[in-house]
Amino acid sequence: MNQRTNNGSFLKTLDYQVLFIYLFLVIWGWLSIYSASYDYESSRLLDLAQFSGKQFLWIGISLVVGVLLLVIDSRWYYNTAEIIYILVMALLMATIVLATDVKGSRSWLVFGPVSLQPAEFAKFATALALAKYIDKHGFRPKESKRDYLTYFIIFLPVLLILLQQETGSALVYFSLFFVLYREGMSPKLLLAGCCAAAYFVISIRYGSTQLWGVTELGTFLVLLLILAITLLMFHLNNPKEKQSLGLVLGGNLLPLSVAVLCNVAGWHINLCWPLLATMALSLGYLGWLVFKKNLREVGQTILFAVLSVAFLFAVGFIFDHVLKPHQQVRTQVFLGVVDDPTNAGYNVNQAKISIGSGGLAGKGFLNGTQTKLKYVPEQHTDFIFCTIGEEWGFVGSALLLLVYLYLMIRLILMAERQRSRFVRVYGYCVVCIFFFHVLINVGMVLGIMPVIGIPLPFFSYGGSSLLSFTILLFIFLKLDAERLRYH
Amino acid sequence: MALDKNYERRSTTLLIIIALTVLVYLIRLVHLQLLSDEYDKYADSNAQFRKVIYPERGLIYDRNGRVMVYNSAFYDLMVTTREMKGLDTLDFCRTLNISREYFDKRMADMRNRRLNPGFSTYTPQLFMSQLSVEQYGPLQEKLFSFPGFSIQKRSLRSYTRPVAAHALGYVAEVNRRDIEQDSYYASGDYSGRSGIEKMYEQQLRGEKGYEIYLRDVHGRIKRPYNEGRRDLPPVSGKDLTLSLDLDLQEYAEQLMVNKRGAIVALEPKTGEILAYVSAPTYDPNLLVGNQRAVNYRELEASPYKVFLNRPIQSFYPPGSTFKPLQALVLQQEKIITSRTEYACHNGYAFAGMKLGCHSHRSPLDLPSAIATSCNAYFAAAYRAMIDDRKYASSQAALDVWRGHVASFGYGARLGVDMAFEQSGMIPSSEFYNRVYGNRAWKGSTIISNAIGQGEILATPLQIANFCATICNRGWYYTPHIVKQIEGETLDEKYTTRHQVTVDPAYFEPIVQGMRASVTESIGTSRGVAIPGIEVCGKTGTAENKGVDHSIFMCFAPKDDPQICMLVFIENGGFGATWAVPMASLLLEKYLKGGIADNRKWMETRLLNANLMEVEPENQ
Repeated sequence: MNQRTNNGSFLKTLDYQVLFIYLFLVIWGWLSIYSASYDYESSRLLDLAQFSGKQFLWIGISLVVGVLLLVIDSRWYYNTAEIIYILVMALLMATIVLATDVKGSRSWLVFGPVSLQPAEFAKFATALALAKYIDKHGFRPKESKRDYLTYFIIFLPVLLILLQQETGSALVYFSLFFVLYREGMSPKLLLAGCCAAAYFVISIRYGSTQLWGVTELGTFLVLLLILAITLLMFHLNNPKEKQSLGLVLGGNLLPLSVAVLCNVAGWHINLCWPLLATMALSLGYLGWLVFKKNLREVGQTILFAVLSVAFLFAVGFIFDHVLKPHQQVRTQVFLGVVDDPTNAGYNVNQAKISIGSGGLAGKGFLNGTQTKLKYVPEQHTDFIFCTIGEEWGFVGSALLLLVYLYLMIRLILMAERQRSRFVRVYGYCVVCIFFFHVLINVGMVLGIMPVIGIPLPFFSYGGSSLLSFTILLFIFLKLDAERLRYH
Repeated sequence: MALDKNYERRSTTLLIIIALTVLVYLIRLVHLQLLSDEYDKYADSNAQFRKVIYPERGLIYDRNGRVMVYNSAFYDLMVTTREMKGLDTLDFCRTLNISREYFDKRMADMRNRRLNPGFSTYTPQLFMSQLSVEQYGPLQEKLFSFPGFSIQKRSLRSYTRPVAAHALGYVAEVNRRDIEQDSYYASGDYSGRSGIEKMYEQQLRGEKGYEIYLRDVHGRIKRPYNEGRRDLPPVSGKDLTLSLDLDLQEYAEQLMVNKRGAIVALEPKTGEILAYVSAPTYDPNLLVGNQRAVNYRELEASPYKVFLNRPIQSFYPPGSTFKPLQALVLQQEKIITSRTEYACHNGYAFAGMKLGCHSHRSPLDLPSAIATSCNAYFAAAYRAMIDDRKYASSQAALDVWRGHVASFGYGARLGVDMAFEQSGMIPSSEFYNRVYGNRAWKGSTIISNAIGQGEILATPLQIANFCATICNRGWYYTPHIVKQIEGETLDEKYTTRHQVTVDPAYFEPIVQGMRASVTESIGTSRGVAIPGIEVCGKTGTAENKGVDHSIFMCFAPKDDPQICMLVFIENGGFGATWAVPMASLLLEKYLKGGIADNRKWMETRLLNANLMEVEPENQ
């Protein structure tokens, strides 16, 4: 392919849908920041002393950078991927030493009036490096011993960002396992990882809630979840064993219902014990099936259930007996169980009220009363979704979620249409990073997810995050626009 | 780079996971915004109203546990401007009995960020403070029809007796700087401005609490949020017990009516202040409530400097009350002994000049010199020290002398627990080198120091503290007015004994002299004598361009002093006229609990005396 066809040709193949969605989100985000920090006395949209004015500046910078990224020869991204990765990692290390302490986090580099968070820029660097490595060496799930460098690429920024005390940003990289899954990683590993995370969060999140004074809600919910997944696995592996499935299901739920009724009637027993007993019996029955009917896959299912229960009780044991009290509190604060000094729990509660008060159509732009700095300190950054919920109501917040959904679907379809594995892997990285941010941020504001402070892409106030998401997306736009060049 | 089709189906899994997440969140949104019982109720009554609950400011007791300062309730009218929509301004002004112009001015001032830095349209702002009963009643009934307005209960300082204004200080609304410096304060809060109220602000103020309410679109408070589970109760301020004796304090203030000056009475053994008077004084009730600003301006305009906290802020040459200190230092430096005698023929002649003295027998030993307050004795002895060859120079001698004097607490702030204390002055050799030229001075140049004049300046509190040191024969505790803080121990500096650099043995001749001053015919303090009590005293006169200020320090009983006192009367002339009898009455009051009938004439004479007309501007 020669240079002549390269010049300007990307304009014809550029994905304008994504570009349009990007502009839509950025502008809506900007207006929301304006509204979130709105004040009668200083109501100018472009005032540089206000968050909205600063954000406008960052939008301008991001657009310029975006255009530059579109103009650069796309081969450059492939060729310099490792160099960019190494440079950014070096910057992350330097940050640990150089950064000033901002609310306990050492992740901000201050250059005069501008503060940057290098951790944000590690996202696209890691995505590029991961894409190139997998493209070059492939991802061979059957010989996983040789994939250690793949994991290293993912875990190095995690480690460096954890050292900066930015737990939220570090967790983002775990979303890249979805990329590996797409490239061939065993679904069992993915399932195990998701389950472990879910068990951990649920058991501690609801660990201090008691049903009828005796049943620990966290443990009970996780046991139900284990039962559900186990039965689902059994069903998927042995679709014909409907009778056995029904037997196991009934054998668990009937005694459980009786136990619940006992509690309602006033005889308080810990629901976990009857459930555990019936689950043990069920596993015994499934084990018998292995021998009797020679159902090979059932062995794995039993193993899964046993390991899950063991994991659950290990988490409980470690939390209660190994962690020191202050570590317990820190974990609980992280998961939003207890209020920390900055009142994370209070914020979530405020967030729920403000969103709930939005109703169907919201109170109208600039008319929110809850979603102001006075009530939720992180209103313009991590809790920006509240402003949407309150001022634009269900219509606005549902629209925003659907726009994100459309963007992610669009990006997946774009990734799948690539002929180059490099571009496809990169595209998936972009999707997964966006997905994780939306999942955690919106989930946190809605009170479903733990309180982890990470921004809503293109929406939250903050130059570093906006610029880094722009870079992440526009590199993919450019690579996609020239998809025909690669094979 | 072959196309890898093996796992293409997995993209569907990812799509499903993402779509499911969005679905779950949409369901949650439906639940929160459209269905939920809990949040549906908030659908148009979402605004939380965080009502600040002010803590009770700490009470103040006297040393015998009698309440001096307590709190009484009053009401502030607050407004949240964003919720004012549809206010019937006419009706509102009529209810409060205020003019439309006043209403507009208050609104404008409130929005002025220079006057009210904490302004926000979302939070209640102070509209009017301390509503009168006539305003509160009608308003309370109609409050529901005035959207955005709410009533905030506060408490005001009240005083059981109108005394000790300078010691107690006052409380006032915080200003812009207070808010910027301490994030605890919000617009409309109160904080201590002077005296104990300022010094112990942290202990007295307590911790604010809040109650969270939900309000409807009209700004009306509907019900507590979450059944009050997120409320935070306020923590009351800590109570203070003062060392003041309320009766003695009141009596001292009565005696000082129509006089200018200061009285400080201490318990020598503890450094506790028993009485603390700055005259003229004012009724502390004047600086409470919404008349505060008017009264403050009026008091400040008085030519008598009402707000000058005389015991710690005014300083004068201590005059003859300084002679006992000279005697102590000179003995310690072995310049004199208690038996050293100096001649006096109506004064001390030096370098062609003469320092005058009154007529008395001559020569005198040390106790007699103190009893008669002989100028010549101390001039001669002081000069002998400053010019003594055993020191390297007069300069070195002066600095040795100064070191001793400073150990008594002169020349620096004592550190009493009241704001804005002054330090007074004890000159150093460096000071005189600057004034007269390097080493161009000697004993005769600075001879006025000998009798407590010249460049020496002291606050009444420092002189009272010196008297306490004599009582204790060589040590003192830093004077303090707060005896006890609820749940806290007193600052270490008030429980640390300060030892002076003069040996205890040298104090006996001084005590003898001060006793002789009361008992002997040659004494200057005879008027303080109280039958049955061994009183010791020392008069002094601070020279003044007009009528001199009279000073008197005394203590009783001689061998186990329970109280020592400094009485300072501006333009009081010779000490014996006013200061001495006043001290006598106060000692009697404190030690015997009342005034004997045969001494009532003294009381009457003092109560009726008016010394205000004499040169008020001259200080």
